Amino acid sequence: MSIQVENISKRFGKFQALEPLSLEIPDGQLIGLLGPSGSGKTTLLRIIAGLETADTGRILFHGEDVTRVHVRDRRVGFVFQHYALFRHMTVAQNIAFGLEVMPKASRPGAAEIRKRVSDLLEMVQLGHLATRYPAQLSGGQKQRVALARALAMQPQVLLLDEPFGALDAKVRKDLRRWLRSLHDELHFTSVFVTHDQEEALELSDQVVVMSAGRIEQVDTPQTLYAQPDSRFVLGFLGHINVLQGEIQAGRLSQGDAWIGLPESTLPVGEAQCYLRPHEVRLQLTPEAHAHLPLRISAVSLIGAEVRIELEADGWQSPEPWEVGISHAQYNEWQPMRGDRCYAVPDVGHLFTSEAGEPELIQWHKKKTQKSVERSVLQQAVGA
Amino acid sequence: MRTASHLRVGDQPWVKWSLISLALTLVGLLLVVPLVAIFAQAFSGGLQTYVANLTDYYTLRAIGLTLFVAALTVPINLVFGVFLAWLVTRFEFPGRKLLITLIDIPFAVSPVVAGLLYLLLYGSNGWLGGWLMDQDIQLMFSWPGILMVTVFVTCPFVARELIPLMQQQGREEEEAGVTLGASGWQLFRRVTLPNIQWALIYGVVLTNARAVGEFGAVSVVSGNIRGETNTLPLHVELLYQDYNVVGAFTSASLLAGIALLTLLVKSFIEWRQMRQRAALSEEEV
Repeated sequence: MSIQVENISKRFGKFQALEPLSLEIPDGQLIGLLGPSGSGKTTLLRIIAGLETADTGRILFHGEDVTRVHVRDRRVGFVFQHYALFRHMTVAQNIAFGLEVMPKASRPGAAEIRKRVSDLLEMVQLGHLATRYPAQLSGGQKQRVALARALAMQPQVLLLDEPFGALDAKVRKDLRRWLRSLHDELHFTSVFVTHDQEEALELSDQVVVMSAGRIEQVDTPQTLYAQPDSRFVLGFLGHINVLQGEIQAGRLSQGDAWIGLPESTLPVGEAQCYLRPHEVRLQLTPEAHAHLPLRISAVSLIGAEVRIELEADGWQSPEPWEVGISHAQYNEWQPMRGDRCYAVPDVGHLFTSEAGEPELIQWHKKKTQKSVERSVLQQAVGA
Repeated sequence: MRTASHLRVGDQPWVKWSLISLALTLVGLLLVVPLVAIFAQAFSGGLQTYVANLTDYYTLRAIGLTLFVAALTVPINLVFGVFLAWLVTRFEFPGRKLLITLIDIPFAVSPVVAGLLYLLLYGSNGWLGGWLMDQDIQLMFSWPGILMVTVFVTCPFVARELIPLMQQQGREEEEAGVTLGASGWQLFRRVTLPNIQWALIYGVVLTNARAVGEFGAVSVVSGNIRGETNTLPLHVELLYQDYNVVGAFTSASLLAGIALLTLLVKSFIEWRQMRQRAALSEEEV
């Protein structure tokens, strides 16, 4: 079932939780609402479910206006952040609840309900825990019960509020993979809320990035990562290195630091260049198109690559820079705290005006394109 | 760990034992002795006198009225308390905090003052009393008046028990129930009620105990008409003033019996809740 959000806005007292916004969710897609806390993503999800009423606008399911339809009759599956399992009911009773409260005329028989419940328990791999109470389950098990309970009604729309927020990293990964395969198998339309960019990029067909009650960008994870529309999106999807300076004579410069710009981009004035950690290489000597002196302040060896934290040397940067290098390069170079080196960007995102979209600058076209693709892939897979 | 345990504050035997004996003496003097005295006095004329006193016409009428008032008060406050607790824990509205504070007024106000207020309002010279008189409705000095002040005095018990619990449990389970298609009544009966049932029973037990034992407010509005508006606590006083000490203590022993029963039920509920919790934490994975 497709979902249309038309011009929805919501205010809590003096706080504008949602600015009027619109969104199209095609049938059968898995959509992630991504944003920091307070960005309005949960409010939007609750409005789609009908747990909250919008001040303006309409919600349409499959072209049909459901704005005035009560939650009870919208027939959406909703998975709550803290699971909201009925604490006095067993796992099986929890899952059966939706079926048992159906009006007599449409309610399946007791035997049918039992069968549906055991099928669902099988599906979430919790058959052996049917008689347990929620307090006796682990977080991951509770989450799966909550999912089974929501799916018992065979909803065409599944809404999940921070579904993996309270779980530890390992369980989170398993459940994520499991939800993706479940979605592909059952073909419902799902919307989930998360503040974890990795989760959103890995799981979603499309990601809706939200901030301060507004939708910043809606795109596939690949496009979103490769071509972020705004400073916010770029900054929210992982660490970012910034060179803030003035454009003069084909260069963006500040203090000792400068990067050369291609001919096409020459509006004079203030500008920032945003560089992702993997879009920058570290060298002992500068190159012709960039001069970014840095001093190493920390080296972290944990993970797939070595993370180097750097401070601006001879110019100003409000945040430390971060660059990832391969373990091979680390072993060869052996960088130490206090060493001086130069950052050489391959790709940059140049912002020349306050609100505008960035201009993508590529210095080493052919090689860079490939490396961008590779890193996008890595991020999307959750490297 | 011998040395460590010796270092604990107040661990010397003499401190421990003098504190224990002090507590026991106080409990004995203030609680046990009076309780024993009530029953001793009640039975001082022998079992036959006790039964005779108990089956006295006016005593039976007083017992009847007390039970009647309690039987009406408990369901009224049960419904009222659940409704109020639901209201203040599930909805946000202006004046909500004030309402939570107002619930406690019957606890804060002396029952005698409450009785006087009702008399002032609904008595024959009261603000509403005149109009009621014209309609030929008498509230004061009859059982409706007694019921009204009893309801007033006992109305916080249920709400007070439920509000913190319902606040702590939150409304997510109810929201989950609604998204699964439950109607308002199904939600209350299958989700809300099972979650609050023990607190509710606890509140009811306390309400009942207070309704049976209320003296101050009732004495102001009852008019002490023997056999008509005399409740059991008032009857005790009346008998005592009549120098019928054994009779007074007989009725008092009934009240004490009800109090003991209440304690028993209360401990049972607490024991049950504790066992439930223990069972849950034991099996936790």
